[in-house]
Amino acid sequence: MASSVSGTRLDNATALGWYRQIVMIRLFEEAAQRAFRQGKIGGYLHVYSGQEAVATGFLDAFRDGDKMLTAYRDHAHALILSDDPNAVMAELFGRGTGLVKGKGGSMHLFDAAHGMLGGYGIVGGHIPLGVGIAYALRYQQTDGIVHVYLGDGAIHNAAFHEAANLAGLWGREGLNPTLFILENNQYGMGTSVERATAMTDLGAKFDSYGIEHEKVDGMDLEAVLECAHRVTQRVRETGKPYAVEAMTYRLVPHGAGDFLERYRSKDEVRQWRERDPIGLVERKLLEAGVVDEQRLGEIRDEAKRIVDEAVRFADESPEPPLSELHTDVYADTAG
Amino acid sequence: MPVMTYREALRTAMAEEMERDETVVQLGEDIGVYGGTHLVTDGLLDRFGPKRVIDTPIAEGGFTGAAIGMAMMGLKPVVEMMTWNFSFLAADQIIQNAAKLRYFSGGQVSVPLVIRGPNGGGVQLSAQHTHSLEGFYGHFPGLKVVSPVTPADAKGMMLSAIRDPDPVIFLEAGALYGTKGEVPAGDAKVPFGTARVAREGSDITLIAYGRQVNLLLRVAEKLAKEEQVQAEVIDLRSIRPFDEATILASVRKTNRAVVVQEQWRWYSVASEVAAIIQEQAFDDLDAPVERVSGEEVPAPYARNLEVAAFPSEQQIVDAVHRALYRGA
Repeated sequence: MASSVSGTRLDNATALGWYRQIVMIRLFEEAAQRAFRQGKIGGYLHVYSGQEAVATGFLDAFRDGDKMLTAYRDHAHALILSDDPNAVMAELFGRGTGLVKGKGGSMHLFDAAHGMLGGYGIVGGHIPLGVGIAYALRYQQTDGIVHVYLGDGAIHNAAFHEAANLAGLWGREGLNPTLFILENNQYGMGTSVERATAMTDLGAKFDSYGIEHEKVDGMDLEAVLECAHRVTQRVRETGKPYAVEAMTYRLVPHGAGDFLERYRSKDEVRQWRERDPIGLVERKLLEAGVVDEQRLGEIRDEAKRIVDEAVRFADESPEPPLSELHTDVYADTAG
Repeated sequence: MPVMTYREALRTAMAEEMERDETVVQLGEDIGVYGGTHLVTDGLLDRFGPKRVIDTPIAEGGFTGAAIGMAMMGLKPVVEMMTWNFSFLAADQIIQNAAKLRYFSGGQVSVPLVIRGPNGGGVQLSAQHTHSLEGFYGHFPGLKVVSPVTPADAKGMMLSAIRDPDPVIFLEAGALYGTKGEVPAGDAKVPFGTARVAREGSDITLIAYGRQVNLLLRVAEKLAKEEQVQAEVIDLRSIRPFDEATILASVRKTNRAVVVQEQWRWYSVASEVAAIIQEQAFDDLDAPVERVSGEEVPAPYARNLEVAAFPSEQQIVDAVHRALYRGA
C-alpha cells in the first residue's frame, strides 16, 4: 500500500510508489483478461482498467480501522488493501489459496483484517451495508470511516436512495462517517448516464439527502489524492457523510466476455485513452524531473514481475478441498 | 411461574438481552416513539435511548441492509418488520447479503442479526398484508427460520435468536400477541432445531407450527372426546434447522401423520415434512401423509372468505379420518 506521508503531489521520489501500484493494477487486470480468455477464470470478470486513479487515490487516505465496500469491479481495491496479489489472482482462478478460499470469486473479494468488507454482485445492494457499518463505527466510539464505492449505474437503485437517506439522517447526529465515492464511468453496463436519467448531474442526487458533495477528475491521480485526503479527514472529524463524484472512464468492455461495444464509439474510447490515468501520472513525473523514461520502465518491469508471480502462484495453487463446500454456511460449519 | 402475553414475552427477552449486552440494538418503523405497531417494543426507547432503539423511515431495504452492516461490525441488531409482508422490499438484503455473506467472504464475516415481526393471517388484512413466509425463507441456506407459538417459546427462542451468530428470521404469530401463558423467569433459552411435543398421543401424529398448533390442540381434544382417537401434536418451532428426530420418533409410534400449515401447499413446509417422513419412515407408515394447507388464492378480505381460505378444524378432522381409513 502506498504511504500517504509524502503528501499528495507527484513531484517527489515517494510518488513512484503510486506509479508502481497503478501500473501493477493495470497489468494485473490485463493478465486476468488473458487468463479469462484461456478459460482459467470462470464466471464474470469485470476489470478496472481506466479507473485505477480512483481506488489508488482514495485508498491512499485509508487508515487502520477504516472499512470499505464496493460492487463487483473490486480487484483494484483488494490489491491495494490486501497487498497480496497472489491471493487476489488465486481467488479469480478459484483456488483454495484465494482471498476468500475460492468461495466468492472475482465479485466477492474480502480482506476483513485490512478493512475490505467486500465486493458485491448486486448493483447497489452493498450501499445500505456501508451506512450501517458507519453507524456501528461511531456506536463503538472509534474514529473510523467507511468508503462506499458505487458506480453511476447504482444511483438509480432504491438501495442507494434508501441508504443515502439514512446516512444523511444519522449523520445529523454525527453517527454516519460514510464517504460515498461515486465512480462515474459514464455507463451502467451499456446504458449511458443520459439514457438512464433525466437528471444527469449525479452528484446532485445527494442533495436530496442533505449530503454535501463535490466532483473530482477521476483520471488525474494527483487531483484524486488531494481530494481524498481532504474529504476523508472531514468525514472522520464530523461523523457526517460526504460524497465525491469521480469522473472516470472504463477503457475496456464492461465484462471480459463482452466484445461488441455497440453503445459507444471507438472514437470516444480513443479520446479517453489520451487521458489514461497511467499516462497522466507518467507525464507529471517526467515533467517534475523525478524520473526518466528508463526508471519508469524499470518500475513497470517490477510491477510485471509481481503480476507474473501472481499468475504463477494462482496457476500452481490447488483447488479448494471439497470439504470447503459445506463450511461457512453457518458459524457452526466454520471452515 | 410468571404469566405474560406473547407480546410481553418477546419484549422481556429483548429487554433482558439489551440490559445484558450493549451491542444489541433495535431498528424498525415506529418502534420507538410510537411504541411499535403491535406494541412489542413499547417502552424500550425510554429505557435504552434513541441510539439503541432506532426509529427508521419506511424503507425496509435500506434499514435492513444497514442492520446487516451493523451486524458485520459485531453489533446484534434486532430489526422489526412491521409485518413480514413488507419484507419482500428487503428480500434482496436478506437473501443476497445476510444469508450468504459468511459463505462468499470465505468465513471472514458474520451476520448476527434478528429480523422479527408478525407472520400469517387471520385478522382480515387481505391480499397484500397476509403471507406465511416459512417456506419462502426456509428455502435459503444461511438463514435460520423459527416460528414460536407459546409465550414461553417466544421468550426462549428470542433469547436464542439474539445470541445466535447467524441471521435469524423470527416469524411471530401475529394473531396471538395478546394470548397469555406461563413464561419461565430468567435465562430460559429454547434452542433452535428442537420440536416440541405439545400433546402426547398414540394413534396419529399431527404436525404444525405457529398458530396452527393451537388449532391442532383443539382438534386433538375433540378427537379424544368424540372418537377416542389419541392424537400426538408436534409443534415444529424451528423450520431451519429442522428437528427430524422428534417427527420420526412420533410417526414410528403412531404410523400416521397429518401436516397442517396456513401457507400455500405448493413448495411448502408441509410438503418437505411429508417427504422427510416418507423417505425415512416409509415402512412405519400405515397411510399416506396428509397435508392440510391454505387455499391457493391470495388472502381474501371478507371474514367468511378468509376463514374458508385457511385450514379449518373440519378439514383437519377429515384428513385424520383419511389417514385412519375411517369414513367421514
